Amino acid sequence: MARYVGSNVERPEGRAKVTGRAQYVSDLHVSGAWFGGTVRSQVARGTLRGFDFAVGFDRSSVVIVAPEDVPGENVQALIEDDQPILCARDIRHHGEPLLLVAAPDLRTLERALTSIVPRIDPLDPLFDMEHSREVFESVAIDKGEVDAAFEHAQGNGHVVLEGTYHTDSQEQLYIEPQGCIAWPPQSDGTIVVKGSLQCPHYVRKALARCFGGTPERMRVVQMETGGGFGGKEEYPSVVACHAALLAMKCKHPVRLIYDRHEDLAVTPKRHPSRVHHRTIVDRDGKLIALDIDVLFDGGAYTTLSPVVLSRGCIHAAGPYRCDNVRIRGRVVATNHVPYGAFRGFGAPQTCFAIERTMDRIARALSIHPFELRRRNMLRAGDTTATGQRLVHSVGSVEVMDAIARESGIDRHPWCVPRDGGNARKSRGLGLSFFFHGAGFTGSGEAMLKGRVRVELLPDGRVEVLAGSTEIGQGTNAMFLAIAAETLGCETSDVVIATPDTARVPDSGPTVASRTCMVVGGCLKDACCELAARVGGEALYSWRERALEFLQGGGDGRVVVTYESPSGLVWDDETYTGDAYPVYGWAADVAEVEVDSDTLEVEVKRFWTAVDVGKAIQPQLVAGQIEGGSLQAVGWSHLEVISTREGRFEQDRMATCIIPTTLDTPRFDVTLVEVPYPHGPFGAKGVGELPMDGGAPAVASAIEDAILVHVDRVPATPERLMRALDERSAASSGTKTGVRA
Amino acid sequence: MKPIFSAADPVDIAFEVNGDRRTLRVPPLARLLDVLREDLALTGTKEGCGEGECGACSVLIDGEAQLACLVPVCQVAGCSVFTVEAPGLESIQDAFLSEGGAQCGICTPGMIVMTRAWLDACARDGTEVTLEGAREALAGNLCRCTGYARILTAVLRAAETERA
Repeated sequence: MARYVGSNVERPEGRAKVTGRAQYVSDLHVSGAWFGGTVRSQVARGTLRGFDFAVGFDRSSVVIVAPEDVPGENVQALIEDDQPILCARDIRHHGEPLLLVAAPDLRTLERALTSIVPRIDPLDPLFDMEHSREVFESVAIDKGEVDAAFEHAQGNGHVVLEGTYHTDSQEQLYIEPQGCIAWPPQSDGTIVVKGSLQCPHYVRKALARCFGGTPERMRVVQMETGGGFGGKEEYPSVVACHAALLAMKCKHPVRLIYDRHEDLAVTPKRHPSRVHHRTIVDRDGKLIALDIDVLFDGGAYTTLSPVVLSRGCIHAAGPYRCDNVRIRGRVVATNHVPYGAFRGFGAPQTCFAIERTMDRIARALSIHPFELRRRNMLRAGDTTATGQRLVHSVGSVEVMDAIARESGIDRHPWCVPRDGGNARKSRGLGLSFFFHGAGFTGSGEAMLKGRVRVELLPDGRVEVLAGSTEIGQGTNAMFLAIAAETLGCETSDVVIATPDTARVPDSGPTVASRTCMVVGGCLKDACCELAARVGGEALYSWRERALEFLQGGGDGRVVVTYESPSGLVWDDETYTGDAYPVYGWAADVAEVEVDSDTLEVEVKRFWTAVDVGKAIQPQLVAGQIEGGSLQAVGWSHLEVISTREGRFEQDRMATCIIPTTLDTPRFDVTLVEVPYPHGPFGAKGVGELPMDGGAPAVASAIEDAILVHVDRVPATPERLMRALDERSAASSGTKTGVRA
Repeated sequence: MKPIFSAADPVDIAFEVNGDRRTLRVPPLARLLDVLREDLALTGTKEGCGEGECGACSVLIDGEAQLACLVPVCQVAGCSVFTVEAPGLESIQDAFLSEGGAQCGICTPGMIVMTRAWLDACARDGTEVTLEGAREALAGNLCRCTGYARILTAVLRAAETERA
């Protein structure tokens, strides 16, 4: 009988959070610390010629770091080496860091930052991704015979549909801005950085490259982190390198903590996308062929774009059975601020396109959207676009049954003109169905070899040491539950170590819906081994048995390295095979009201049914799903991110809008558990999944309410107005709706 | 000519913080947020935006919820300031913990202080504690993790506990 898995344990760090004692990076008092800041480019593209200093500015009042001060390589280590730590000459985006400044107090720093003016010869920037010829990465997925299918479509009496879908960028908007504190190098060369971050070992690697030292010399400590959502995956490496360079040169600890404006202006956001679909269906709505072209704007540097594109393309055909699939994806360079990781990682963009395509088919063939998806959905034994045969934990039927039962979407007449044409508000319901791979793509986990260590402390408690971070999602409580359950001890017998690279092993980054399934799985194995070693009768408490084991000279230290389940085959060249060990499955239904006069959209209710394998901590999982769903709902109609001359127009909290309590629907979350045999207690990933389906569900509900095809998010009132205008211009072609 | 008054010159300002009387020598236009965090080491009050939009720095001034990033410290002279570190928040803190109302925790202190202000106002005015009321009351406090559902449940739970 499980005691902790499947019930809710208290967050170990929760009490500190609710009492204000939790230490975030800016809460850290460091005596003698200086303040760091960044001189940035004010143009999107140009050649840096030098700097002008304001009259009366005393350069000796501050310490300045220039590119030539970088002791190692002036390279922001990530995937490609194209992004410098400080730009020396060729400026590629607005806000690009050119110089770093440290001062003993904030006023001196602020004066310095306004007194140093970069001298730049501007060049013509490129902002339209459609015109970019610099391709960071391309992906090709092929299954079956797409060209032949199109050739014979007419003869076979099939229907061919086409559509283009756009999604705009989105800001992560963690409520705690980016920040790090760095100390000057110690006598042995050790550099210490503490910060708000998701992936301490990424930061360690970046520092090693920047300082020309070994990663072991770099000590990175995660402070309590006020949200990440992908936004603190790669960018903290930039902040950390900058802070450490300043600390090295000024010989004081340096606080480099962004204010909200700087954070919004320069940190990476979700990739804008354009996805084109050509689709063949037979008269019964069966998918015959999918021809999908994906284009992402990568911004000025590669950052994580190749991986974002990869995940986007792998999910582009959606959770549907189709024998003929062609997916072509490109992520290209522009002079926008580099785009980067954000929950969903490319999949929300392509999911929007395929789900809107499914609705388009439903309307064209007068088949109910629920029924259309049910006919085409992948089930156990089917193969995905990459040719992966789905074996384990395929919860498609279960989540679709659950969403129908809870929301009644299957009985809702969709896009049928309703009486009450003069109503102030139109109501609509919309559905989405989606899946998301858990863990790293393909052979990623096998190469990464994430590790976890457990160790008996002298008092008999067990310490869990992992590089995985608690960023709000509940890593600590999830580890606590898995460890205590497996060891058969109390939760008070388990301690979770702070992620400090000097102490914890590299468990891989806290990304990709992998922390519970992959790292939690390693933790379970480690605890199994430790429990077996300690042994003893369950009659005695864990501590009694552990102390006896230690007194007998027992080795209470266990390290487990992740091993992928056997039989997974992935070919990176042809993009075929088992893209992920397993997928999470989900279906969303949104209920909206659209104001007839202002075209404002209000999402009233939101049902979601999610197959998570096993909810280790049901309350945390439901909280993740609600939070992720609201981010998706926000993106669908009210979170606008736009650029002007390469700078984000929403660079203040006042203009960068996210949902408040009043913009939030009532959530109905149904957890479905189709266990995954290779995950701890049957668990698989859930972090990203809830970001994927909200936007198309809301778009579908808007379509149901006002009968316009929403092919772009966010669906702002201005855009809906334009769509309505276009519809009335072409009113003769309006399709009738679908009765249930 | 020497200005007769400079906002940067520190002056003595006396006010009450979480029940303790304090006199501080600080620039009169320093933000209350900075004075709390730096001069008084009360770092539970968080800065999310510095422009009065996110609610993370919510504190009570003479019982009324205010944003500490927008209040110059001279304005609280003689006032009583109440932060997340104060006593009297236990039932709200417990409810946020048990209901899953705190995830990353950065908005939590502001949420808890704002909840205190609202529950006190409801008790004072005899207003019924409802979900809709809680939604209105917390509309100025942004959270990006939770989707608010569990925060609102926690607020109702705290009200229930305090009534009992």
